Amino acid sequence: MAHEHKLEIFRGLVKFKSNIQKIWGVLAFLCFITIIEVVLGIYKPEGLIKTSFLGMKLLNWIFIILTLVKAYYIAWDFMHLRDENKSLRRAIVWTPIFLVLYLTFITLVEADYIYNVFKEGFVTWDF
Amino acid sequence: MDSTVTQGKVWEGGNKPLDASYGKMMMWFFIVSDALTFSGFLAAYGFSRFKFIETWPIADEVFTHVPFFHGNFPMAYVAFMTFILIMSSVTMVLAVDAGHKMQKNKVIWYMFFTIIGGIIFVGSQAWEWGTFIKGDFGALETKSGKILQFVKADSGERAALRDFAKPLHGERVQHERKNGMWFVGEGSLPSYSLNEVVEGFKANPNILIRTEQINEEGHKTLLNRQESLAKIKRATQVVEGANLVHNEYGHRLFADFFFFITGFHGFHVFSGILINLIIFFNVILGTYERRGHYEMVEKVGLYWHFVDLVWVFVFTFFYLV
Repeated sequence: MAHEHKLEIFRGLVKFKSNIQKIWGVLAFLCFITIIEVVLGIYKPEGLIKTSFLGMKLLNWIFIILTLVKAYYIAWDFMHLRDENKSLRRAIVWTPIFLVLYLTFITLVEADYIYNVFKEGFVTWDF
Repeated sequence: MDSTVTQGKVWEGGNKPLDASYGKMMMWFFIVSDALTFSGFLAAYGFSRFKFIETWPIADEVFTHVPFFHGNFPMAYVAFMTFILIMSSVTMVLAVDAGHKMQKNKVIWYMFFTIIGGIIFVGSQAWEWGTFIKGDFGALETKSGKILQFVKADSGERAALRDFAKPLHGERVQHERKNGMWFVGEGSLPSYSLNEVVEGFKANPNILIRTEQINEEGHKTLLNRQESLAKIKRATQVVEGANLVHNEYGHRLFADFFFFITGFHGFHVFSGILINLIIFFNVILGTYERRGHYEMVEKVGLYWHFVDLVWVFVFTFFYLV
């Protein structure tokens, strides 16, 4: 980071002239994504709610993917991970990703099992 | 390869592993571990939510208020808070950038705007907590802890308890330590007793009950008048607003996680503001000008962006999904 900034985003598709320009460009992109999220959240298109993929509504998958995109640009450009040493970047990024994927897999599968126990057991939970 | 090359002397110190200074590396260590803490909270939230997937409250119907405006604006205020935090993140990067160029006055101004953004965010969160705790419509709770909400049959709008509850006389007084058992306390009584709500409900045929159950269309199930009259017999108490034990919006775990996760995040923002203030005054005093570099601004900037990053996830999992 101390040396120079990499000024390309979107894999070189957009190249900025200075670091300050890049910051504003990334801000515009983040705002754009947030606006899409909010609009989708308010209107909830029928087609995206009715279809589900891997046990979750398509709309929710879109939200999660957009969130990860936002997280990528915050970490890469605001937290300067783009300019850090590759091995530092990988240590920082892949450690949590691996652990979080593991944890969410375990908790969500277990929760779904408990949901089925509540639903199909012969005990009523609503009295 | 670049990470394994050492720069001359190995044992006398002065090396920078991974080309990152000691302080910055430690900040990254902290951020990674803190990210795992937040992930643990959000995974726990996901666990409870998947467990009660058919009865979980719908966030759009819970967070609908905007300060100074009346009406129903789902998401609007949270979206505003998100923008505020992203904006303060941008001024923070600009401060870091100005620090690299040793432009002291620019660093001061950008840090100032960052702190203002943080204060607006924390204030908004406090307001949101207040609104959530106070509640708006009120509800009944059944013996099993399920929430029964009320809807006007003709318009389909939510009905508040004050719209139909029938004031009865002969109120019971609040139990206080000084006039009752000294070792038992009692929270404040709701504005209407259970009996008043039930009588008002029976007298007003326009009111229907809405249960926690989410139907095929993704809405809460609305009972017809007969079902509603049968259902209200199960109610045991009136719930207004939300706390850690009762929650008029639906499942009580929703309120617990709301307080816990946004509270923990809000505490991070608060401590971020304090750290920012310390660095801000150091910049004004010229500490980093004398030191020859503004790396402290960069380090506190990392923390500040991390707080923003966490909010992006909290926003998605609490308000959108």
